[in-house]
Amino acid sequence: MTEKSVIPFQGTPEQEAQLKEVIARYHDQPGGLMPALQEAQGIYGYLPVEVQRMIADGMNVSLSEVFGVATFYSQFSLTPKGKHRISVCLGTACYVKGSDKILEAVEEKLGIKSGECTPDGMFSIDSCRCVGACGLAPVMLVDDDVYGKLKPEQVAAIIDSYTE
Amino acid sequence: MEMIHLKINGIPVEVPAGSTVLEAAKAANVDIPTLCYLKDINCIGACRICVVEITGARGLVAACTHPASEGMEVFTNTPKVRKSRKTTLELLLSNHKKKCLSCVRANNCELQKLSVAYGADEDRFMPEDMNKPVDASTPYLVRDNNKCIQCMRCVAACRNVQGVSVIGSIRRGFNVHIGSPFDVPLAETSCVGCGQCIVACPVGALTEKSNEQKVWDAISDPSKKVIFFTAPSVRATLGEEFGEPVGTNVEGKMVSAIRRLGPDHVFNMDVTADLTIVEEANELIERIQNGGKLPMFTSCCPGWVKFLEHNYPELLPNLSSCKSPQQMFGAVLKSYYAQKNNIDPKDLFVVSVIPCTAKKFEVTRKEQMRNDIADVDVALTTRELGRMIREAGIDFSALPDEKFDDPFETASGAGAIFGATGGVMEAALRTAAVKLDGKCDALEFTEVRGTKGIKEASYTVGGVTVRVAVASGLANAREIIEGIRKGERDYQFVEIMACPGGCINGGGQPVQSDSVRNFVDLKTLRAKALYDADSDMELRRSHESPVMDLLYKDFFETPGSHKCHEYLHTTYVERSKYSFE
Ligand code: SF4
Ligand code: SF4
Ligand code: SF4
Ligand code: FES
Ligand code: FES
Repeated sequence: MTEKSVIPFQGTPEQEAQLKEVIARYHDQPGGLMPALQEAQGIYGYLPVEVQRMIADGMNVSLSEVFGVATFYSQFSLTPKGKHRISVCLGTACYVKGSDKILEAVEEKLGIKSGECTPDGMFSIDSCRCVGACGLAPVMLVDDDVYGKLKPEQVAAIIDSYTE
Repeated sequence: MEMIHLKINGIPVEVPAGSTVLEAAKAANVDIPTLCYLKDINCIGACRICVVEITGARGLVAACTHPASEGMEVFTNTPKVRKSRKTTLELLLSNHKKKCLSCVRANNCELQKLSVAYGADEDRFMPEDMNKPVDASTPYLVRDNNKCIQCMRCVAACRNVQGVSVIGSIRRGFNVHIGSPFDVPLAETSCVGCGQCIVACPVGALTEKSNEQKVWDAISDPSKKVIFFTAPSVRATLGEEFGEPVGTNVEGKMVSAIRRLGPDHVFNMDVTADLTIVEEANELIERIQNGGKLPMFTSCCPGWVKFLEHNYPELLPNLSSCKSPQQMFGAVLKSYYAQKNNIDPKDLFVVSVIPCTAKKFEVTRKEQMRNDIADVDVALTTRELGRMIREAGIDFSALPDEKFDDPFETASGAGAIFGATGGVMEAALRTAAVKLDGKCDALEFTEVRGTKGIKEASYTVGGVTVRVAVASGLANAREIIEGIRKGERDYQFVEIMACPGGCINGGGQPVQSDSVRNFVDLKTLRAKALYDADSDMELRRSHESPVMDLLYKDFFETPGSHKCHEYLHTTYVERSKYSFE
């Protein structure tokens, strides 16, 4: 249930006002849940339980429906993104070259799983499909920086370089 | 009614316009298998087990959703149909924990039945891991998603019929499963325990939390005095566990079967249904005459009580303070009966047999305990009792009819109809009418009978007009409450049962196969058994029962007395919707 608890919710009154406006706009629309969630994610960057709850109550649907939609589509994220976003390529070329081991090394270094964010909000991990740099496989991205031909033992030092 | 004509496997049939191919086939005595379809509950055409060939149609067609039409030619048993169904089954089996031997739904499982019928090979596809967590967090229900075929019947029951909606299909791809938001355990949601999801499930993924072993242990413990009592509706359904037709009243055999399991006594819970009515009618009249909170809501259904606690805590003062008949019976046994027979209440082991999973939660309510002793030790569903009888090797159908034990044998017809929606209302009206006007002989209040989700009526007795409403199914309850809150509905007395049709259709009742329940009105047939029992009785008003005389004279003094409040009434708990709130 890391989605629910790791990072305390820090929504601002402005964000809440925007969300209320979104809810009012989609409230009576059949099929309005999907666009409402998209806009909510635009406002908050992710869909924490507090936001899902407001949408459920505001749109008169149950939290289980909201959560079902929010977890079905990969465009939605239930955890915030870190200050630095790490993305490990699991595309075929990278996978063949052992990028799963790279991902494990990142997870181990940060103590969180792919899809999660560290409690201090510094790093989040995701995996991605081919980023078009197969020649450099296995590939990891940190924000806009590309690291290629990686070995698992190099991961820790790369991450540390972002905390300085 | 406009009729249409079509052919099923060459057999001409005539069916009402608007029927599905599935329904038309039944008219030709052909059972098309179903898994995701459940009449009145789920119709999403998702599982494709019901496919048939239709002349002129492209590909196979799902019979459960496809409308029958004039001149249609349907084939339900072609090589193509059989092959498709078999493959559908084999795919389901590849992702299924195939533990039929120890599964409580064995012999009553749609997947098992069809797999046998179609000769499906359970190992045709590589099995996936079978390590999904089992949710046994509540005292009443166990979800084993390793057996789930994702038919969505439970979700539809919880969401649409009950309007509770604490479960849904969540996550995607390989991880998709049925669960609660954020995967919190069911016990941390506003699940009311009604068990309508359990009786909707075609397989063994949802079951009641079994208490059979605890009961066997108590029966063989010489220091325990074990007492069983059975709820009104169990007599109308237990026979189904042993192949009796739906709606057979098996009261006599039920009593003899329980006696053969070896407890010390078997009592009739209709007695405390009567007691509930005497207390509740008294409370209603008091509220009406002294300006108390109205409308008064009945409190005998623990699923409904929990629903109100989670969803409308501000309306808890409207709930009658009466405990449910189950809890009253336990309280009577552990107070009056124990004292009278010189038994330490700790040595009594009280087992209720009930149609209901919510009552398994109710027995754990702290606010109903006295000195940490629960009124009832174990609540067993009709299904669990059926299993115990089978395990004991009792030939149910051959049993003689026997009677309940003294002194809790005799009850009124009003107590019996408690098991059907409207029954509590009618029983209360019978007694209240006499209390308000000694000469009133009104007995049958037919306006509140029947399986309609919401019923309303208005009665004037002794110069007092009482507007009443009856709802079953919690989505209907919500409609009533919202109407009351908006000022669109106005009543003095409201009966609510969580389960559609009332306890006869409770979450602990026998599960009939799809081929029966998609075509037969279980609720009406089961309720009829109770109304027939009532009309055959001399004694039809709760307060006229000699057992009530005995209880009040010996112990409880008068309805609503201090002593009654101490033992027979209770308080409620404000609850939030989710544990993380
Ligand atoms: S027991 Fe009732 S409320 Fe709980 S999940 Fe099942 S259907 Fe929903
Ligand atoms: S638990 Fe049962 S009813 Fe619910 S989706 Fe799974 S198989 Fe269907
Ligand atoms: S209606 Fe009856 S069976 Fe259903 S939850 Fe209420 S008491 Fe239990
Ligand atoms: S597979 Fe990783 S960059 Fe192409
Ligand atoms: S698609 Fe018809 S029963 Fe599932």
